Amino acid sequence: MPMRDVALNTVMTGNGADGAALPMVPDIRAVTTSDLCLTIGDKPLIRDVSLSLSPDGITMIMGPNGAGKSLLLRLIHGLLPPSSGGVLWGGQTLSDDLRRAQSMVFQKPVVLRRSVAANVEFALKARGVRDAARRDALLDHVGLLDHARQPARLLSGGEQQRLSLARALATAPKVMLMDEPTASLDPASVLKIEEIVLEARANGTKIIFVTHDLGQAGRLADDIIFMNQGRLHEYGPSDLFLSRPETQAARDFLQGRIVA
Amino acid sequence: MQDFGEAFQLAVSLVLSGDADLVEIVALSLKVSLTAIGLACVIGLPLGAIVAITRFPGRNAVLILFNALMGLPPVVVGLIVYLHLSRAGPLGFLGLLYTPTAMIIAQTILITPIVMALSRQVLEDLNAEYAEQFRSLVLSRWQQVRALIWDARFSLMTVALAGFGRAVAEVGAVMIVGGNIDHLTRVMTTAIALETSKGDLSLALALGMVLMVIALGVNAMVQSLRMTAVRHAYA
Repeated sequence: MPMRDVALNTVMTGNGADGAALPMVPDIRAVTTSDLCLTIGDKPLIRDVSLSLSPDGITMIMGPNGAGKSLLLRLIHGLLPPSSGGVLWGGQTLSDDLRRAQSMVFQKPVVLRRSVAANVEFALKARGVRDAARRDALLDHVGLLDHARQPARLLSGGEQQRLSLARALATAPKVMLMDEPTASLDPASVLKIEEIVLEARANGTKIIFVTHDLGQAGRLADDIIFMNQGRLHEYGPSDLFLSRPETQAARDFLQGRIVA
Repeated sequence: MQDFGEAFQLAVSLVLSGDADLVEIVALSLKVSLTAIGLACVIGLPLGAIVAITRFPGRNAVLILFNALMGLPPVVVGLIVYLHLSRAGPLGFLGLLYTPTAMIIAQTILITPIVMALSRQVLEDLNAEYAEQFRSLVLSRWQQVRALIWDARFSLMTVALAGFGRAVAEVGAVMIVGGNIDHLTRVMTTAIALETSKGDLSLALALGMVLMVIALGVNAMVQSLRMTAVRHAYA
């Protein structure tokens, strides 16, 4: 097997080069939400969202600003407790073990005040793994191996986001949740991140991805959730949504008009 | 009373000659204050970190208490420690009154709130940045505390230096619980107070110079830490 393929296998499966492996995690890729609601104060922010996501591919969450896309992602990941309703992962309610089988990449990269290599080690150690070969394979996979000893906070925005991706992949997640990871990045950085995301998808990781970018949705999405004012408006295959949206709000969004 | 110029000359010669009494007093001061700041960090940093990352009923009251305790009057701390360690006190059986250990206890009580309150602020600011990532990684509270303390290490060293500065310059508490006994519990600040009251200014001035050098050294280290932190983008 070529060297790069060995590295990629190491990254995606969690099998270390020295035989060390991440703890086994349950297959939780089939995510369902039922009547999911989030109300803060007296303001309903997410209203009765019921979904049953495909266990494969890339699901994009789209919608105008304030639609509730990032909140829905946080509710699914368990970073926010719902006011009512629930989320099931492979038919199971969310637990710490199930959350360990997921990872999240935030819009603003969260970079620890350590070296690039230590940032990835941190995620590995959080799962009880010390594996320098796996760390290096991850950094190589995102194109940061040459920066391994640098302070992470000196990386460019695009490099920091790739480091976040390496850290997210370090735990060999079954599901990766991404909250506008390419917002405010230059086109080359966007394409590099999209390439990594597509490789993760090809290796069986379920991706749930928030974006505003219609072009990105066309390039990446297998299916699309369209949200507006905290409500689920549409959920279906991306080509169908992008060519024949069913709701007026989705049509307005796709044509760049103000969404009511 | 000595002439000031003469006293100053004598003080300089005491410092330059490495006078044995002077060295002993400076060494005890450093030993007491460094031990106190070490203990204050062991107690104060984890407590500050726990309060920084935890939300619980009455947290605001705890924060007010932390901040209020930063201004603890040293003589009151000295008095309370004295009452506990004196023969009639609950800890009198330990026989610690008028020993360096009593002085370490008093200084630790005095500066632990400073370490707690300042580290809580530093760590809370950092936690605001890290909290979602930590929750996403499902870290235990102890893992979070360790990560925050490590990543804030430069800022926390500044906090420790601030505590050390307060401890080494403090006189009231160590005077009460140490008793300023020659060759046993005499530290720089208590010696300066005593020698000044006796009118023997040369030793007082020599000790004052050393104290000033330490204060300048502490500030230089703070500045150096800040520059290192910025250079390594760990600020």
